[in-house]
Amino acid sequence: MRKFVQHSGVVVPLDRANVDTDMIIPKQFLKSIKRSGFGPNLFDEYRYLDEGEVGQDCSLRPLNTEFVLNQSRYKGCSILLARENFGCGSSREHAPWALDDFGVKVIIASSYAEIFYNNCLKNGLLPIVLQDEQLDKLFEEVAAEEGYQLNIDLKNQQIIKPGGEQLEFEIDGFRKHCLLHGLDDISLTLQYSEAIKSYEARREQEAPWLFEERR
Amino acid sequence: MAGKTLYDKLWDTHLVRQQEAGSGLIYIDLHLLHEVTSPQAFEGLRTAGRTPWRISGNLATPDHNVPTTLQERLTGVEGIADPVSRIQIETLDDNCSRFGIVEFKMNDPRQGIVHVVGPEQGATLPGMTVVCGDSHTSTHGAFGALAHGIGTSEVEHVLATQCLITNKMKNMLVRVDGRLSPGVTAKDVVLAIIGKIGTAGGTGYAIEFGGEVVRNLSMEGRMTICNMAIEAGARAGMVAVDQTTIDYVEGRPFAPGREHWQQAVESWERFVSDNDAVFDQRVILDGSAVIPQVTWGTSPEMVLPVDGNVPDPTEEPDATRRQSIEHALAYMGLSANQPITDILLDRVFIGSCTNARIEDLREAAAVVKGCKVASTVKQALVVPGSGLVKAQAEKEGLHMVFRDAGFEWREPGCSMCLAMNADKLGQGEHCASTSNRNFEGRQGFHGRTHLVSPLMAAAAAIEGHFVDVRTLMSQL
Repeated sequence: MRKFVQHSGVVVPLDRANVDTDMIIPKQFLKSIKRSGFGPNLFDEYRYLDEGEVGQDCSLRPLNTEFVLNQSRYKGCSILLARENFGCGSSREHAPWALDDFGVKVIIASSYAEIFYNNCLKNGLLPIVLQDEQLDKLFEEVAAEEGYQLNIDLKNQQIIKPGGEQLEFEIDGFRKHCLLHGLDDISLTLQYSEAIKSYEARREQEAPWLFEERR
Repeated sequence: MAGKTLYDKLWDTHLVRQQEAGSGLIYIDLHLLHEVTSPQAFEGLRTAGRTPWRISGNLATPDHNVPTTLQERLTGVEGIADPVSRIQIETLDDNCSRFGIVEFKMNDPRQGIVHVVGPEQGATLPGMTVVCGDSHTSTHGAFGALAHGIGTSEVEHVLATQCLITNKMKNMLVRVDGRLSPGVTAKDVVLAIIGKIGTAGGTGYAIEFGGEVVRNLSMEGRMTICNMAIEAGARAGMVAVDQTTIDYVEGRPFAPGREHWQQAVESWERFVSDNDAVFDQRVILDGSAVIPQVTWGTSPEMVLPVDGNVPDPTEEPDATRRQSIEHALAYMGLSANQPITDILLDRVFIGSCTNARIEDLREAAAVVKGCKVASTVKQALVVPGSGLVKAQAEKEGLHMVFRDAGFEWREPGCSMCLAMNADKLGQGEHCASTSNRNFEGRQGFHGRTHLVSPLMAAAAAIEGHFVDVRTLMSQL
């Protein structure tokens, strides 16, 4: 997995609660068997005025100029400011893949749906939780200043504002460790192969029917 | 020491290793696979030179983008018109045959929606851990199992290790007291629960559904409730094991055979919460007061009893909520204070992992029998949850009841629940749907979804607008 240590970038505000993963990447794009190439279809039904199709050249499609990602002041953005319950609904990992492919590396919201949150961490994206009051202030500051940037320091768990003000954030120690070092958790788990095998041996004694072949 | 909840017991039984920093490595008994969220996981596995840890811990079936017309299914996978869908299904077939994973392929009579197939085959058993790259995996919790959705990276992790790294959730009990009145179903109960606690109300929790109403539900009803736990934000929903659970499992193809049956039953009976178990949160609902529910907005929490009126944003004091009501009304093409029963339907969809089991089809057919789909409804679809559900329904003659009324009778799959195949809504169309999500665009670009029970969908198909199904049933 790609490491995440520090990131600076332009902030784009998406002032809406309960943004679901169907919204982040509509279903027709889930037919791909790849992990990449979802960026042009991120928020497809909001970015474009027409219905998106698989394999289409998105540069020729009519844009919804009111949608934040299409506004020039947020060009090159990589930090998404959002609201509560971000990423709810479907478990599709295509949602973080699409965000990543578009260029978003950090999301800041007041809460996340759990599966989405996990999926971000497995892909080197950092979902940060802040309090509503802190978020309200960030939304105001982003609206007030074109090109508003934040600096995210994972090691010290801090968001550093343009004026130098710092906001602290929480993250689970194990997940932070994996992000900082870009650890592949399959390799980590396989270090405990013996523990898994002895669990299986014990479990097979207790519940042999769980180990019968399905045919 | 305080007693344990069902979830605590399931966690403890499957904990392989307590990890540093609070997470646990838990063992997965059953990993279900479908075509949409698995190809990248298999590719990752191959790229890293790994093989599945335990082949027999996996079971696969294509469901999300299989076509549902007999015509398109006749010639097998090669006959799938959409080449992108075809490749995805072929990829699942290839991956499963390469690694020897049991797969019910598209035209196998056992194929169907993965969350219908697992329980139907007895692959889902009490006391198990079940995961799948699909958020509606919570369905399997109805068996007193710990079941939840995972992402594709986790699919790869489970394939490679038969384990998952996860944090323990908190415990929530949702107790539904009393008795349901006729015409009120498990779907109405779960919609009412979501309406009460909200789409993020269960975030961070494993929800156990209990109380008299849940105890009296069939396994199918319990599956409907657990299926939508995720719509309340809870990754896992579950119901304690009882005789109903054991009776359902007995004799299914993958259920324990005679040599282990008694031992299995004895071990399953402990998968209930202790009387003195401590829940971090309790929610109580009076089931006797629940009436048929209809969602009006673009989130499952935007739900009302059928006799209600669409909300008026000017009466909402909170600015964020007011804005989401306004937004939802505009998207849904509804006006403030409009009665739910005034909403006209363009399409009706009876299907999905929430409501495509035989009991759902029987209930809907009882309402439809002898009636005709309203002429203003462009399409009314019944999509059975599996080939076996379809066969059983045909044996009972239900397909003829639906066809005679003007419904289309389809082949099994996820279909219009998420519109990955050809079954979808047109722009601006209203659909009475027995599925689980009414998100913007979910059933088709700019489509408008109203979530209801199979009974309510059947009634809406006949009347052309929402109607309290209890009024039709009293005429039967």
